[in-house]
Amino acid sequence: MASSAVVTANQLIIMAELKLFRTWSSRFSLRVVWALDLKGIQYDTIFEDLSNKSSLLLQYNPVYKKVPVLVHNGKPLLESLVILEYIDETWKQTPLLPEDPSERAMARFWAKFGDDKVLPSIWNVFIKQGKDQEEAIVTAQENLGCVERQLTGKKFFNGETIGLVDLAFGWLANLLSVFEEVCGVTLIDLEKFPLLLEWIQNFADAPIIKESWPPRDKLITKYQALHEVYTSKEAPK
Amino acid sequence: MVKNDVKVLGAWPSPYVMRPRIALNIKSVNYEFLEETFGSKSELLLQSNPVHKKIPVLIHGDKPICESMIIVEYIDEVWTSGPSILPSDPYDRAIQRFWAAYVDEKWFAAMKGLRSAQGEERKAFLDQVTEGLALLEEAFGKCSKGKAFFGGDRIGLLDIAFGSFLGWLKVTEKLNGVKLLDEAKTPGLVKWAERFCADAAVKSVMPETEKLLEFSKVLAAKMKGAPPPKN
Repeated sequence: MASSAVVTANQLIIMAELKLFRTWSSRFSLRVVWALDLKGIQYDTIFEDLSNKSSLLLQYNPVYKKVPVLVHNGKPLLESLVILEYIDETWKQTPLLPEDPSERAMARFWAKFGDDKVLPSIWNVFIKQGKDQEEAIVTAQENLGCVERQLTGKKFFNGETIGLVDLAFGWLANLLSVFEEVCGVTLIDLEKFPLLLEWIQNFADAPIIKESWPPRDKLITKYQALHEVYTSKEAPK
Repeated sequence: MVKNDVKVLGAWPSPYVMRPRIALNIKSVNYEFLEETFGSKSELLLQSNPVHKKIPVLIHGDKPICESMIIVEYIDEVWTSGPSILPSDPYDRAIQRFWAAYVDEKWFAAMKGLRSAQGEERKAFLDQVTEGLALLEEAFGKCSKGKAFFGGDRIGLLDIAFGSFLGWLKVTEKLNGVKLLDEAKTPGLVKWAERFCADAAVKSVMPETEKLLEFSKVLAAKMKGAPPPKN
């Protein structure tokens, strides 16, 4: 695992026991993988099978029973964006958030927008059909339009380097094209979303980031199966 | 020295609007409260929060900050001479943020469901709400470590996040004829709620339950499409 971060003796002690519970495909777990890898932090990985959750996972995350869970010296951290802020506060190298409070507020705003609006609206496109899907596409593209405008004059959402918002939107760089392929809809085209497409390219190929993408063929298989489940339940309108 | 130009766009019944106001009170920061008219959105609101068009918005100088808990963290980071709203330890901060997100995404979502549900659905939401309160009672024990608030001796992030819903919790109790915070099941939270509502930073911005009850009828009528009753 390549790292340009210099790790001090103190940091080695803090790192002493760090475990990440994740699945091979979880987009939220990937955020934590990226944050730790970007900062050059060593950790153990435990891959979960969500159809057969380990007792440890259930013990560490009784409220949601989900991944990711980051356990640091026996103490569990839950919810990917909360974990990212914890990582940024504990290990100061390669900061994910800017220093200025109003810029930090903006970063948190867009990360939240991604999870609260962009993700569900794109998921809606994926699971719906016919007229419902057409309406879902309009909403998804409106949300993506807001995101596109944030990239004006910037290589990454964080500026020249990858930051919290880039990690929060990271799933767009691999999963979006999987969804598009599986349901036969193109959500982002070069005419309407040139900056987003460029960001996707830059992010997907960035050092550290590019080493952890889950295999695309496996993702296609997984989401094809999911798509069948959702579209067989609904009668097309 | 630049004049401390702080405005909060909001409305008195909104628990989300209470949050930045409590935070500013904790920091002893003077601000102008610009109240939105119920049923319409001002130009200033549409300009400063074009993405969501929602309250609260904090306007600091010429910078708009949106989303209530993001505003609270901003206030904590800018006004460092006042008491801290977030703890200094990263793990404690993570715990506060986790439960604050839980309150918004899970617990209050169930409360809102309860408002409009009927029959079986209503019982399901009520169960979710009470289960959530049991979790929060446990969290209170762990976070407060025997002290007055989730934040310790003083009100902190999670107190603000959860406490801002107490007005609506009381309205829900009255409208549904149930006791949600209960001396037997949630003794810690019952006492905490009293302390929270009595706190100097909260008292002036926590709406009276009767006023909220009246407002909830206006809101219910609006949701059904009827014109609001004239005041």
